[in-house]
Amino acid sequence: MLTSSSQKSHIRIKPERGWVSVNLRELWQYRELLYFLVWRDIKVRYKQTLLGAAWAIIQPFFTMVVFSLFFGRLAGVPSDGIPYPVFSYAALVPWTFFSNALSQSSNSLVSNANLITKVYFPRLIVPVAAVLSGVVDFGLAFVVLLGMMLVYGIVPTSVIIWLPFFLLLALITALGVGLWLTALNVQYRDVRYVVPFITQFWMFASPVAYSSSLLEEPWRTLYGLNPMVGVLDGFRWTLLGVSNSPGPMVYVSAFASIMILISGVYYFRRLEGKFADLV
Amino acid sequence: MGEVAVHVEKLSKQYHLRSGGRERYSTLRDSIMNVFKLQRNHDRREGVFWALKDISFDVKPGEVMGIIGRNGAGKSTLLKIISRISSPTRGVIDLHGRVGSLLEVGTGFHPELSGRENVYLNGAILGMQRSEIDRKFDEIISFAGTEKFIDTPVKHYSTGMYLRLAFSVAAHIETEILLVDEILAVGDADFQKKCLNKMSDVAQEGRTVLFVSHNMAAIRSLCTSGIVLDRGEMRFYGEIRDAVQFYGNLVTARDQQETLNVADVGFTNVRVAGENTDGITTGAPFKASCTLHLQVALPGFQLFCILQNEFGEVLVHGHNTGLEAHAAVPGIYQIDVSFPALWFRPGLYSLHFKLMASGLASGKARFVSNTIPVDVTGTVTGEALHGTLTPDLHWHMVGTSLEVHVQESKMARP
Repeated sequence: MLTSSSQKSHIRIKPERGWVSVNLRELWQYRELLYFLVWRDIKVRYKQTLLGAAWAIIQPFFTMVVFSLFFGRLAGVPSDGIPYPVFSYAALVPWTFFSNALSQSSNSLVSNANLITKVYFPRLIVPVAAVLSGVVDFGLAFVVLLGMMLVYGIVPTSVIIWLPFFLLLALITALGVGLWLTALNVQYRDVRYVVPFITQFWMFASPVAYSSSLLEEPWRTLYGLNPMVGVLDGFRWTLLGVSNSPGPMVYVSAFASIMILISGVYYFRRLEGKFADLV
Repeated sequence: MGEVAVHVEKLSKQYHLRSGGRERYSTLRDSIMNVFKLQRNHDRREGVFWALKDISFDVKPGEVMGIIGRNGAGKSTLLKIISRISSPTRGVIDLHGRVGSLLEVGTGFHPELSGRENVYLNGAILGMQRSEIDRKFDEIISFAGTEKFIDTPVKHYSTGMYLRLAFSVAAHIETEILLVDEILAVGDADFQKKCLNKMSDVAQEGRTVLFVSHNMAAIRSLCTSGIVLDRGEMRFYGEIRDAVQFYGNLVTARDQQETLNVADVGFTNVRVAGENTDGITTGAPFKASCTLHLQVALPGFQLFCILQNEFGEVLVHGHNTGLEAHAAVPGIYQIDVSFPALWFRPGLYSLHFKLMASGLASGKARFVSNTIPVDVTGTVTGEALHGTLTPDLHWHMVGTSLEVHVQESKMARP
């Protein structure tokens, strides 16, 4: 009689206070739910919007056109010897992914309030799904980037093997900042009005329209504290073959990005127990 | 020592109240402002509300426990904590076995997605594995009866179809412990019956169920044990029949405090008597009675006898003005109201008397007696759960058939 109960799962619920650990095993158990939430977000987005997939391309492409006209042609911003349209578009692809990830994830818990208040699952899944669902848009915009490189006759060198590293860095950064904003938005509901401002401000603080090589060396490495600097320079370096490699700045960016993710996860977990009461 | 499926010990849940409401999110602007205005921040800490206080109980494997109480008693909060949606302020809960919670049907259903897609999405949300959904998919849609529309977006479904599909997914969760909240309150009678039948199957499968409902008939037929919550406190824990009775007493006791009686007018001895003393039988006539004490003359008054169901819906609003002549003078009056057999579905009802006086110098006045529980008993067949009234009908069928073999085939399956 007692042996049968030992086989069953046992869960103990008690008040959680302060810093709580992340249960990775449980997250793994819920991987199918993560898959379904990502799948739902993508499916619904492409079903609902009239332009569907085109939207994923229009957003970075038209920004590129405007940038090329004003920064490239009129202001004459230097672009490391690369045609300005490809130069800016190579940064706009990861940047668009990042800014969409922030706006999607920061609102994800509030827009999924019906789930949060009715079913239990690790809440981390919701913002993670919101970030991951942007990967498809990223993929479509990336295909256009490859097309542009073909048109301008740019052939990537062997350093392209480092591209996956920068993809991962973009994902980690988006996730880390996204988690911070998600948790903040549940606690302070006016955060969502600040998010568009943050992303806009952040874009001009990152080398999207210009090159980070404008900065002299000790400052360029310090600039890497903004993790998107490492991502954007990494994309240009691996794909467009910009002569000088980003150097130590990449390590600073990677470190900053990982710190943001870890602190984001813990801040999120700290508030997790209260989400259902606050949403 | 016996096994336990759910062990709840000294469970408490506290909410901070802000300006009279429930706990709400704040704004960054407010928090920044509060740094400068320290005393305002202090005010906020004051409003504390205990949604649950020191709740302790055990549920054995295979036991079906009913959780009853009024709205706001803490029933849903309790289920939310056991299903880990909300975290407790104090106390411990041990769950032995996989937990499935069914607090709402159709959680996470998306109108743009098809029935098929929603079954998979909803299944995953409820904690089912993909392989498990694959295996049960045909069963789920045939139970819902939506095979034809399975690839249509659910926004084109009728409410009934939507609910049937949603319930069907939920009904196929196979966890050892199942938490169910008030799902019978939605949908039409047909849907409710289906839910109830499925719930009684679940109860008979030997799974542990915690069941919240206002439907006393359902509670009584499904549950073995029960707890009664009132304003966050557990007031009763024991057999379901006793729990329902305790709840009935609780409801009427509360009403007595809220009675609008003034010294001049009073109702006493409100009673209902049928064939047996402690309740009435669905198919039998009964009598309601009370004593009216009048200290003053009350010209222009009306007397009502009101019978309500467990949801507070008024089923009978009996009214008689022929008593006016008597009540014009002070005195003590015995009032009897004879009811015919009403054929109400068995369950918990309530009855009270009301007096309206329109001819007073101060204008209109209203006096209400205390409310008493009326427990309607009777045998219910599965079919009788289908309506508000369960009259004993006598069927009769006559006709002339055109062909002999047609008549035979029709009558074979009535």
